[in-house]
Amino acid sequence: MGRYILYRLISAVPVVLGITVIVFFIMSLIPGDPATAILGAYASPENVAKLNRDLGLDRPMVARYFIWLGNLLTGDFGRSFSLNRPVLDEITERFSATLVLAGVSLVLCAVIGIAAGVVSAARQFGWQDKAITFAVLIGISVPSFFLGMLLILTFAVNLRWLPVSGMYEIYGGRTLWDLARHLVLPATALAAVATGVVARLSRSAMLEVLRQDFIRTARAKGVAERGVIWRHALRAAMVSIIPVLGIQAGFVLSGAVYVEVVFQWPGVGRMLVEAILKRDLLLVQGGVTFVAACYVLFNILVDVAQSLIDPRIKA
Amino acid sequence: MRRAGPFLALVFRNRLAGFGAVVLAVIVILCLITPLLPLLPPNVTDTPNKFLRPLSEGHLLGTDHLGRDILSRLLWGTRLSLAVGFAAALVAAGFGTLIGVTAGYFGGRTDNVLMRLIDMIMAFPYILLALAIVAALGPGMLNALIAVAAVNVPFFARNIRGLSAGLAAREFIDAARLSGQGHTRIILTELLPNVLPVITVAVSTTIGWMVLETAGLSFLGLGSQPPQADLGSMLGEARAAFLTAPHVMVVPGLTIFLIVMSINLLGDGLRDALDPRLRSGALARPAPVTLIRRDGPAPVAEHPEAALEIQALSTRFEVGARVYKAVSDVSLTLGRGECLGLIGESGSGKSVTALSVTGLVASPPGVITKGAVRLSGTDLLSLPYRDLRDLRGRRIAYIFQDPLSTLHPLYRVGEQMVEAIRVHRKMPLAEARAQCIALLRTVRIPNPESRFDAYPHEMSGGMRQRIGIAMALVNDPEVIIADEPTTALDVTVQAQVLALLDELRRDRGLSILFITHDFGVVGQICDRVAVMYAGRIVEEGPTAQVLAAPAHPYTSRLIASLPAPGAGKRRLVSIPGLPPAVDRLPPGCAFAPRCHRAQQDCSAGDIALTHQGKRALRCLHPEATA
Amino acid sequence: MTPALQIDGLSKAFPAGRGLFRAARAQVQALHPISLSVQPGETLGIVGESGCGKTTLARMLVGLLKPSTGTILIEGKPFDTRDRRISSQQIQYVFQDPISSLNPRKTIRQTMETPLRVLFGMDQAARRARIDEVFEAVNLRPEFLDRYPHEFSGGQAQRIGIARALLARPKIIVLDEPVSALDVSVQAQVLNLLADLKAEYGLTYLFISHDLAVVEAVSDRVAVLYFGAVVELGPAEAIFARPTHPYTRLLAQSAPAPGRPLLRRDPAPAELPDPLHPPLGCAFAARCPKVTQICRQSAPALRATGETQLAACHHPDGLGDQA
Repeated sequence: MGRYILYRLISAVPVVLGITVIVFFIMSLIPGDPATAILGAYASPENVAKLNRDLGLDRPMVARYFIWLGNLLTGDFGRSFSLNRPVLDEITERFSATLVLAGVSLVLCAVIGIAAGVVSAARQFGWQDKAITFAVLIGISVPSFFLGMLLILTFAVNLRWLPVSGMYEIYGGRTLWDLARHLVLPATALAAVATGVVARLSRSAMLEVLRQDFIRTARAKGVAERGVIWRHALRAAMVSIIPVLGIQAGFVLSGAVYVEVVFQWPGVGRMLVEAILKRDLLLVQGGVTFVAACYVLFNILVDVAQSLIDPRIKA
Repeated sequence: MRRAGPFLALVFRNRLAGFGAVVLAVIVILCLITPLLPLLPPNVTDTPNKFLRPLSEGHLLGTDHLGRDILSRLLWGTRLSLAVGFAAALVAAGFGTLIGVTAGYFGGRTDNVLMRLIDMIMAFPYILLALAIVAALGPGMLNALIAVAAVNVPFFARNIRGLSAGLAAREFIDAARLSGQGHTRIILTELLPNVLPVITVAVSTTIGWMVLETAGLSFLGLGSQPPQADLGSMLGEARAAFLTAPHVMVVPGLTIFLIVMSINLLGDGLRDALDPRLRSGALARPAPVTLIRRDGPAPVAEHPEAALEIQALSTRFEVGARVYKAVSDVSLTLGRGECLGLIGESGSGKSVTALSVTGLVASPPGVITKGAVRLSGTDLLSLPYRDLRDLRGRRIAYIFQDPLSTLHPLYRVGEQMVEAIRVHRKMPLAEARAQCIALLRTVRIPNPESRFDAYPHEMSGGMRQRIGIAMALVNDPEVIIADEPTTALDVTVQAQVLALLDELRRDRGLSILFITHDFGVVGQICDRVAVMYAGRIVEEGPTAQVLAAPAHPYTSRLIASLPAPGAGKRRLVSIPGLPPAVDRLPPGCAFAPRCHRAQQDCSAGDIALTHQGKRALRCLHPEATA
Repeated sequence: MTPALQIDGLSKAFPAGRGLFRAARAQVQALHPISLSVQPGETLGIVGESGCGKTTLARMLVGLLKPSTGTILIEGKPFDTRDRRISSQQIQYVFQDPISSLNPRKTIRQTMETPLRVLFGMDQAARRARIDEVFEAVNLRPEFLDRYPHEFSGGQAQRIGIARALLARPKIIVLDEPVSALDVSVQAQVLNLLADLKAEYGLTYLFISHDLAVVEAVSDRVAVLYFGAVVELGPAEAIFARPTHPYTRLLAQSAPAPGRPLLRRDPAPAELPDPLHPPLGCAFAARCPKVTQICRQSAPALRATGETQLAACHHPDGLGDQA
């Protein structure tokens, strides 16, 4: 197992490098003078000149890439002109907020989605199946930003059960309870689509597995239906569900951008949108690289989980 | 398209898909005729009349924060959103197909390089990449389109690659190469026609996503720029005042929802119609017990002393309007300690007979319509599920054909054996383990202690089948049903497994119903044999007698057509024609059209199975030897 | 006489496994160097169980796979697959899975026309005539031409596969398990058809199968493959009646046939050696009843064990110790 994790970690290095190359390439598409683009139209000439020196903007592109990469490796993501603080500090602070939101949503979508999918498959064509299929259809069709606003209107404004936005009360002790109350609506809005996708996939994976020969073997042994579904079929279906959870993590992170904007959640997604609108490109560049690298790490976890479930995968 | 008509009918048989298609068609038509409609100009502001509620005079859906007519903006915006979504889907599908087909067809290094590249792009949560692209190119609808298309290329590339790689490994591609076609030609004329339907469905299902994603970017202010309206920007602008004027937000939001939902519904319908497994209804979950729908009472037991008695069993498959009579009126008696062979070619109904015994035929589409199965006199088909389940694996155990697919791939073989014990008896784990290891030794598995913890894929076919045999023996069953247990094995391994089975049955006095297509195997292991053809038993008797003097022309011809080893090069006896399809059985003897002894009366009506001593025969004009 | 087909030292190794660092790559020897020759009009049977390399051999013979070493000579000239127009007239291939070898989205006519058009540039009338001709040769009704592959049974599809192989008027046909997907009653039809075609067109066959009864019934000579190497070669009637290699003997005794007793003694586990770590000596040593020290140390070469037979064994039957 240790060998496998090591193998996956090492094979992630080129992927992360590839990410930096792609980000660098995209950012080099910016038309005009990069230093001005990075610092904004109102930057002082001294700052522009300094940045040109720091980033080696007078050098060829390949050299500039390696300078940037070297800086990244030493933890120097540059300085955000709009916030006037180091990019990395801002990112780590914001990313923790996103992690809370996305993490809770991912757990929600995995648990509810898989359970719904299994029940749906086990009761195929029954009323449970129909109800779940209907809910799933709505879940995967509603835009999370629209759902978020509807939730606010209903539960925060009309019913006044939950807070409208933010992560904590402005004047409060930052308690876990406060956080949980603020989390309910955005996490629901964020998890809706992913839950639908996971439920749908779990259902079809279960139906696929239930037709396999080894399920017939389990029944021939006299295993009760409950055991056939939860012990034999679900275990095998997990092999195709887990990778989808990895992909859904990407979708949840993506959806977080909208949900954070709607709910004023102080996460990295909202930061990126604001940075783009302010043309704070170092912040965008750093934020994208950082989050993508974290996502790669997460996918290694998914692969490791997969190898724990499926003995056929070996290093 | 050769099947366009029936195909669309198939899509619309799914009523939800039809509903989606209608909604979508209405929306698309409205978008197409938008320029012709008597609408207010979408971008003209009228601030005094801002936030008018729907159904206000002159503004059917009200006005927004600048007093612009929402209906007009909605239609123009939907038009733009759909167009961009469609374009993005096409662009992404185009590039994705190019990459996917190239990688899948050529494989090897090309595949490696392209797919690593795709992996890189997929390493981004998709919106990050889109945000980066928009950040670099600047906000705007065209850039949003580029961003959305770019981040969706990997989705297409991966799916198409998987499909193409599967197709490229098929023999018809090899055949095309042998027929002198170049790579480009093979890709265009052999591969692409097989991929195209999937691409079509993928495009149609992803347009919904594309609409959603471009709307998202516009919502964030990164897509369409004011005053141009699209659904996302309408929502985004409405956000500032959505608490006071929710209708400005609800109208475009509901529209997006409606569009995406109708596309999803239609896409599901398309996909279902394209998937041949769904078409035959096979994706239905098999019930724990075969559906039993007997039109009369179970027949009275005739041989209560027998280990297993199958009486006039009929099992059919009902697929739509078609009825496949897989098993018709099959009666068999398996004596205690006897090995009875049930032989037939593919489609003869031998395996369905075996599975019907404990209700393991997949249902739907399987239905048992007649007969009884008696275990020591008790009719299994009359038992409630709970009692039947209690018998399975305890008093009747199965050995299946291919142990790689019949053993659970993710559990250790030992765990699976232990489970077979513990679903029926409470037993401490250590004791169960010891019992299983003892059994593994009995079936001559080397190092049983370490093999106990092995996974099925770590074993050879022969070893796996020994596990299958050991697992059938864990509860000391009275009857073992072996369904082609050696067919998937190499001949030298088959010989060993057969020898083992034969030894076990003599040592333990097992009663075995042995299903096979191979007369050689029957001759080596079975005391008696029953021959099946087109769902019926045509001949039955002691193995040696049937093999030496087959009475039914089908049996005799089949035995004669076997190339027996040691006879040298020669011309084989062959049977003309093909076995009949069991959904269109001819009247009378199903073998008559292929039979060299057939006469007029053979096809006149049902022919009864007549018993004479130990033998039975369903034939009017049997071979002279009998 | 110049052999119709001669192969010398033909072998294939596949790269196996992925090391943590790419450089260290293991090789799996799917086929050890093999030399065989087939006379015009002869049927050479190739028999072996799974993992013996028979399909690898077949795919190299028709140019679907590149040999690692060795040469293929057809009528004394090197076999060159770069010009399919020539090579397709030399050697053709009949696939194991008849349905899967037909493009599901093309009618049979479209499939049959492609090689005639692409390779020989025949016009429509000429194509039609040629296709009708081969269809008649394999006893198929011409209306089948406008149907799609899924409408056919296995036996019919295999006839179509054979018809396709005949189109280019090849001299040699490689038949890769042509009947193993078919039921017994249909199998005999196809085997007899193959015999008729051979007589009619003077074909040379390489008949590959796992079923030695079938191989024996159709072949003049038989090569027995085990773990990627020829272990015995000789006339069909002799090789199973008087096998000289212990593996051939085991194979012959294992074949179930009515009236034949089961093999009583249970030999060692019937497992192939690990292809990643092949044994030093004879690959069959672990299963062999006659194994001695030398068998584990050096791999035996193929040598004469009778007037017409060859075997790769240190202790062959037949030379003096007829068992």
